[in-house]
Amino acid sequence: MMGRYVARRLFLMIPVLLGVSILAFYVSQLLPGDPARAAAGRLATPEQLEAVRERLGLDQPIPVQYGLYIGRLLQGDLGTSLSSKQEVAQELRIFFPATLELLFATMVLTVVLGITIGVRAATSRGGWVDRAFLGFSYLGVGMPVFFLALLLQLVFAGWLRVLPIAGRLSLETVPPPVLTGLYTFDALFAGQWATMMDAGRHLVLPALTLSIAGISEVGRITRSAMLNALEQDYVRTARAKGLSERAVWLRHALPNAMLPTTTVIGLQVAFLLGGTVLIENIFSWGGLGTYAWKGIFRLDIPVIMGITLVSTTAYLFVNLGVDLLYTKLDPRIRYE
Amino acid sequence: MHAVNGVDFDVARGESLAIVGESGSGKTVAAMALVGLVPSPPARIRGERAVLNGLNLLALDERKLSEIRGSRIGFVFQDPLSALNPVLTIGRQISEVIERHLNIKGGEAKRRAVDWLVRVGIADSQGVADSFPHQLSGGMRQRAMIAMGLAGEPELLIADEPTTALDVTVQAQIVDLMLQLRDDLGMALVWISHDLGVVAGLADRVAVMYAGRIVESGSVQDLYGRPAHPYTRGLISSVPDLRTERLSRLATIPGGTPDPMALPPGCAYFPRCGISERECDARVPVMARISSSHWIACTPAANGIVAAEGQGDE
Repeated sequence: MMGRYVARRLFLMIPVLLGVSILAFYVSQLLPGDPARAAAGRLATPEQLEAVRERLGLDQPIPVQYGLYIGRLLQGDLGTSLSSKQEVAQELRIFFPATLELLFATMVLTVVLGITIGVRAATSRGGWVDRAFLGFSYLGVGMPVFFLALLLQLVFAGWLRVLPIAGRLSLETVPPPVLTGLYTFDALFAGQWATMMDAGRHLVLPALTLSIAGISEVGRITRSAMLNALEQDYVRTARAKGLSERAVWLRHALPNAMLPTTTVIGLQVAFLLGGTVLIENIFSWGGLGTYAWKGIFRLDIPVIMGITLVSTTAYLFVNLGVDLLYTKLDPRIRYE
Repeated sequence: MHAVNGVDFDVARGESLAIVGESGSGKTVAAMALVGLVPSPPARIRGERAVLNGLNLLALDERKLSEIRGSRIGFVFQDPLSALNPVLTIGRQISEVIERHLNIKGGEAKRRAVDWLVRVGIADSQGVADSFPHQLSGGMRQRAMIAMGLAGEPELLIADEPTTALDVTVQAQIVDLMLQLRDDLGMALVWISHDLGVVAGLADRVAVMYAGRIVESGSVQDLYGRPAHPYTRGLISSVPDLRTERLSRLATIPGGTPDPMALPPGCAYFPRCGISERECDARVPVMARISSSHWIACTPAANGIVAAEGQGDE
């Protein structure tokens, strides 16, 4: 039953991806500038420019261009970057894991801290933890991320000098052998502890920057869902059984509070998939965000398309994962 | 505000005490306050003693009380669909009582949970143990709830309207089951209910509550045979009698229960009472003994009975 549901959801991804690709393709055409000019370079003669335009198929009507793109895509070919002349698939294989690693670290911080703080705030309602968190969450949601990034860089890299200011690895560290492309994991698998620690230290500031808003959001939802759960009859039953307050909170109230929390966590992942551009640039991260930024400025349509499709696919899978998680969190939820 | 006032009752092993009252009369709060289940703050409990086998519950701190809840005092709540945790299996919810109080862990605790389900009359006990509350029928859920209340092997079981959400036939089954278990396990049973009809069949003694106070208490024979408090009389005459063939209008008590925030200075039943005297509005009536096992908190009725008996003696 569940298998069929998943199969249907996977099948439904096809029209979504198709729609997104059409939209992205047409929107790319609206970017000011001439992709042929961007590819040929500033010094190209009009003849050279036309030759490039013809070679890249940019002289064709837009629907034809799109048709050609999709035709190649169905054969697994994401095309070639206009600016770097590298295969887009190849470049994505380098940039996507970097973003994935940052996203992963961010989500670990968001989930662990958000839920912990939310539970603590709810169980000590009106106490100092609760009030401190309230203040923090206003700051967390209200403060612009670029400002937060600079602040953290200033304090931890500039003044305290305890964390690296930017990049994924120190200059003297050799990247671990590529397995997943996630430096910390690859280093761990290769048993290179020093490399792993170095990669981990580089993750702290960008992940912290990206997670502050999420921690506030997840914490607030967890707090209110916990407060709601703690008023339910089953909590009184749990207390009547003589369970410790800790068991009442963590075993009886928290699992019931996780449904809205999971929804917010899923939305947070979706937001981050598109929201890392600024932070990757500030921290010289060299991930999907940096790649997208360059692609857009160079009118590199295959790059823009590739990133859009990869991000959308990731988003669709996160969504499916959240929906499947609901059934684990609440046995009353079943999909047909 | 005083939700509950000067409530005094006792119950022995193997005995059933029923606490009867309308919703809002304080019957649940009185029972919950004994074991620290009324959130405090906002509630404050100022009682003298609540003694369980020589142990004063009101003198215990929360940690000690939590050791008693579920082990020496078990609970069965009304509406098991909301009183059971929707995301934990029945087996888990029972076995955690065993793990907490009997110091039995893991597989053995699970096995005992299934045993308890057998004892409350569930045939497919393993299947029910692996189920979630929403997958069971109302009667099944209440049986599971009873198994949970009993799993800590309590001396006293407090059942708060355990049959209210159930069909009449299932109600009867649950009443029989609980009396059977009371006798088998030799525990004391406190049954909180608004339903005088259900209570008549199961209680040894009955305490009637009105606006946070006990107004009458006595044996079942006392209460149903010779109800003395005007409120109890009103309640009993408003129970529909299926044996009369003639259709008659159901008797009711005029008025409604008083707002606990604004109780009258004297007897809370005064505004609705048919036999009140001027004095009733000024002073709260004290419990008066009208026979060896029968007490009422009504000055005119108590005086009347004593006077009538005095005449009989002459």
